Amino acid sequence: MGKSFYGVELPNPLMLGTAQYPSPAILEEAFRASGAGVATVSLRREGAGGAGQTFWQMIADLDVLVLPNTAGCHTVKEAVTTAHMAREVFDTKWIKLELIGHTDSLQPDVFQLVEAARILSEDGFEVFPYTTEDLIVGERLLEAGCEVLMPWGAPIGSGRGLNNTYALRAMRAEFPDVPLVVDAGIGLPSHAAAAMELGFDAVLLNTAVAKAGDPVAMAKGMMAAVEAGQMGFEADPIEARDMAEASTPVIGKAFLS
Amino acid sequence: MTLYSVIGAGVAGLAVATELAERGAEVQVFDPAGPPGPHGCSWWAGGMLAPWCEYENAEEPVLRFGQEAIGWWSKRTRVTKAGTLVVANKRDLPDMRRFARRTEGFAEVGREKVAALEPDLHGFGQGLFFEDEAHLDPRKALQDLYRGLVDKGVTFHKKIAPSGLENAIDCRGLSAREYLYDLRGVKGEMLIIRAPDVEITRPVRLLHPRIPLYIVPRGDGVYMLGATSIESEDSSRITARSMLELLSAAYALNPAFGEAEVLEIGVDLRPAFPDNLPRIRRLGRTIYANGLYRHGYLLAPALAKGVADLALHNIHSEMVDEDRA
Repeated sequence: MGKSFYGVELPNPLMLGTAQYPSPAILEEAFRASGAGVATVSLRREGAGGAGQTFWQMIADLDVLVLPNTAGCHTVKEAVTTAHMAREVFDTKWIKLELIGHTDSLQPDVFQLVEAARILSEDGFEVFPYTTEDLIVGERLLEAGCEVLMPWGAPIGSGRGLNNTYALRAMRAEFPDVPLVVDAGIGLPSHAAAAMELGFDAVLLNTAVAKAGDPVAMAKGMMAAVEAGQMGFEADPIEARDMAEASTPVIGKAFLS
Repeated sequence: MTLYSVIGAGVAGLAVATELAERGAEVQVFDPAGPPGPHGCSWWAGGMLAPWCEYENAEEPVLRFGQEAIGWWSKRTRVTKAGTLVVANKRDLPDMRRFARRTEGFAEVGREKVAALEPDLHGFGQGLFFEDEAHLDPRKALQDLYRGLVDKGVTFHKKIAPSGLENAIDCRGLSAREYLYDLRGVKGEMLIIRAPDVEITRPVRLLHPRIPLYIVPRGDGVYMLGATSIESEDSSRITARSMLELLSAAYALNPAFGEAEVLEIGVDLRPAFPDNLPRIRRLGRTIYANGLYRHGYLLAPALAKGVADLALHNIHSEMVDEDRA
């Protein structure tokens, strides 16, 4: 059984972003064809005066769980304001908290992140923080009221996969009961499967699908991958060994034949 | 003889009126704002006739219909056939490889060829050259269509079209959205700058993972710098971020753009359907021709032919998605 994300069990472990698709029609088809259960959506740039309405209505019409985000925010104040707007527009307490600390790597500013997470949690938001794989930061975020952690696989849009599997595995072990999502850095279905094989609860990606030559096919591939990875993890895989181990015993075989 | 009433004098309306008039139909045009001007979003366009570049991020009809555009416009306004040069900063070269994979009609060029094509571009070791692409000056093109129509005896009415017109063709872009349920606005922002010290002779696109931008020469050291594409329907004004991004792109092409004068700032909403492709829809006595998105000049000729085929001969081009006459 999947873990609960603030009381909600996800229909499947794939969360898709909604930016950068060639057209809204292709975005919609990517969701329909893959069956992804959660859509993240950015409000910062489209925001002013609720002007993104038509596009937001399209997202709402996808009939999936909507996770608004604070993409593009660099300060606590910006992020908090954007979160409040998101709550109004999408009528949800969920907010993916993204606080960018570095323009080139889009690395999260974890110090501001913890502060904003605390403010928003106290204000009744259910915060999904985009963070690094740092365990202490994870702990602080949980103390601040978060019930989900979303460490990066690699920098946003880089498509590099899981840069630090050791640390992600450690995070899984450290927080066995917390829903963990690999957010950002995924380029290939194998990256998404690898995250799920580590025991993560979901994968969030955007660029890998939106910027693929065939976004719809890539979305389906990602869904197949997260499901495969999840089944693999749940099936309690064998340990890797250095030497072969024949699946049929060989000793004694000659005596029986 | 049937009188066709084209509503809206932007690039869609003028192209439709031109196509109808040239095929011998009697045409009148209604636009309360009068002749083409800053009130319409086609005034703010880049004017690139770049079907191969656009194909990188658009559906196949854009490539096919777009190729008709260069010939259509060449007969009616001045078209500069100098190609398009696509470049990227060194760290964004993966985006250039991706761009190349997604389209066709280009040659890969190295440092020498880039320098030979555009000596005033600084520090670009690789590029893609789309030799067969072209560009025009959108304002000049609108004026040329307008004059051509006046010469043919087409009447322009500077007023709102009366309701209940027979044989109306509504080309009003986003203003027609109450009749087109799936039409949306996509915000675009652009600048016109003057940089007499820089000489760039053809449209140049600077690839970037988040903010791909282009610059189009308008002659006499004037350049159009565009364009953002934001899923927003607020056209009130440009944001500081967009202005920074546009100017940074120019600065990256040549730091001398830092000394440019900013002549104009344009903000408007492109009318678009969900797949970002144009549509022709006949509902009752009105034909709606809309949704040119960022392809106003590229796809207006094909849209105009489609409308004329439907209105005059009842032929359904593939742009017709609904006919409830």
